[in-house]
Amino acid sequence: MSIIIHKNTKILVQGFTGKIGSFHAEEMIKYGSNVVGGVTPGKGGMTHLNLPVFNTVKEAVDQTGASTSILFVPPAFAADSAMEAADAGIKTCVAITDGIPSHDMVKIKRYMRRYPKDKKMGLVGPNCAGIISPGKSMLGIMPGHIYKEGKIGIVSRSGTLGYEAAQQLKDLEIGVSTSVGIGGDPINGSSFRDIIEKFENDDETIAVLMIGEIGGPQEVEAGKFAKENMSKPVIAYIAGLTAPKGRVMGHAGAIVSAYGESAIEKVELLKECGVTISKNPSVMGETVKKVLVENNLN
Amino acid sequence: MDIHEYQAKKILSDFGVKIPTGGIVYSPENAENKAREIGGSKWVVKAQVHSGARGKAGGIIICNSPLEVADATDKLLGKKLITNQTGPEGKIINRIYIEEATDIKHELYLGLVFDRSSESIMVVASTEGGMSVEEISKEKPETIIRSKIEVAVGIQQFQAREIAFGLGIESKLISRAANTIIGCYKAFSELDATMVEVNPLVVSHQDEILALDCKMSFDNNAMFRRDEIAELRDKTQENSNEVYASDRGMNYVSLDGNIGNIINGAGLAMASMDMIKLAGGEPANFLDVGGGATPEKIVKAFKLISMDTKVKVILVNIFAGINRCDWVAEGIVQALSKIEIKHPLVIRLAGTNVEKGNEILKKSNINYIEASTLEDAANKAVKALG
Repeated sequence: MSIIIHKNTKILVQGFTGKIGSFHAEEMIKYGSNVVGGVTPGKGGMTHLNLPVFNTVKEAVDQTGASTSILFVPPAFAADSAMEAADAGIKTCVAITDGIPSHDMVKIKRYMRRYPKDKKMGLVGPNCAGIISPGKSMLGIMPGHIYKEGKIGIVSRSGTLGYEAAQQLKDLEIGVSTSVGIGGDPINGSSFRDIIEKFENDDETIAVLMIGEIGGPQEVEAGKFAKENMSKPVIAYIAGLTAPKGRVMGHAGAIVSAYGESAIEKVELLKECGVTISKNPSVMGETVKKVLVENNLN
Repeated sequence: MDIHEYQAKKILSDFGVKIPTGGIVYSPENAENKAREIGGSKWVVKAQVHSGARGKAGGIIICNSPLEVADATDKLLGKKLITNQTGPEGKIINRIYIEEATDIKHELYLGLVFDRSSESIMVVASTEGGMSVEEISKEKPETIIRSKIEVAVGIQQFQAREIAFGLGIESKLISRAANTIIGCYKAFSELDATMVEVNPLVVSHQDEILALDCKMSFDNNAMFRRDEIAELRDKTQENSNEVYASDRGMNYVSLDGNIGNIINGAGLAMASMDMIKLAGGEPANFLDVGGGATPEKIVKAFKLISMDTKVKVILVNIFAGINRCDWVAEGIVQALSKIEIKHPLVIRLAGTNVEKGNEILKKSNINYIEASTLEDAANKAVKALG
């Protein structure tokens, strides 16, 4: 298995008929993802890329049985669309949109609390590359062909650094079960901890590569979770060794404002949790390989 | 986005927080008149720059006559204030705030931030006003009061009261203090702020509770719905290259080193900077041209880097996904036909169609050093420094 998305996962595209939504929907379909339709309010009844367009997510879910959605809605309307997906019974929503205000993210997360655990949507992102289960399904904007099918779980804040890792693994003939981009915003839908827990429970995944960066508590929280609850090895790289304190480094969430948020401090705290550190971004693949050999997993 | 002290105070005062009487001035004559208009016998002349620790840097002057106010204003206007937060280049003083002096009994600290762990708004307070929150955490951590506010319902009276009592405020002033805290919370939550810091918040001998200094930052992502905040931006307080970049949709941070970077994606940009450091060099900047790395963006990026006089070597590191390497390479060739680059140039392409991309670069007449991995690129860039 893989996590979150599988071969037949039915996918809706929110913001389907827009330029960006159309482009990536086509890429996903080419990759083999089971895109079943899309939502653009006011364009219901149309056909786009040979697929039905709906006015509301509820209607789309009723008629297609979709369980998953991907969001390309502009920042001003993205929070509303995510909440609409949660209310329509979507199980996983990936928000690609970059630029959603933090106050809106807090609002979405509070809104989702009204649903019982078994009905609660999992939000991934925003400002992320999405999810890919190589050879099965792609729910994102990544170049699908750089991912080899396999057994390593990747979870990354950054899109391009996640690609870098996938390419390094592929060059070493190591494949990926699922790769999840959780995004660079200070408040995001799924945390590192949320995703590595899924990898721990996935039969196919044998080890997890976590690619973090400066800012926020999530990497260390995931490390603590791994120490107490995980049987599978975790390898991590933390970007931003040279980032000055108090400056935002591209990602809205990449800012050191408290103890434990700098790259050096995160690396130390993760080591204490038994996480293997990739000492630089050029050896993420090699470090995974070394850990696999040490644990007789290759 | 940061704003000036006087702008932040005006906002807080709109939310019912009491501030000392004051006004903004742009000339010594202005300042003298403003002091007379404010009245009293003691004034504070405050340089308006986007930085804390202005007092220690000489940016805050206490005056005993309107003439002294004019002199102090004359001394500060047009100068660069160098604090421990501005870096050695300092920040230009274009505006002066004149305020009546406050008769201080107690100095307190009050701050509001997003707490990323609980995803709620956190109020942080301490009896040790006037020190930075970092200093307080180090030296007097026992004085710190933290209160998480549930954003769905907002701050409640009892929470504000608890904080006020925790700060040791006299009973008769509790409701005044609570309203001050609530005012700060409302400003934070209603205006898409990411930080509100009142330091110090003071209790005066006249039993008033006043915001004596205030810093506010706002969520850049929310500016589309905050015109009234967006217009408070003062570009003279930002690094000019950073302004140039942000106006063109690029993320740029100026650093102290001499290896200029052009990279796509924030994570990869941070990782490349780390590699440069590990290879023994120092990055001159952080620059994320965006996941797409379109030819137009690359042209702008080269322009931006060539504006930085510190730069001695340029490193381009692009991981092309959907936008293939051959396309990115054409963008680079195009860019270099428009701009003359005098420094050694190291280029590392990776991802889709990397062979085609490298071939295009080789066939062009651009003078560059080819690199294969992140590590190789960083090593070659450091070596090119000579």
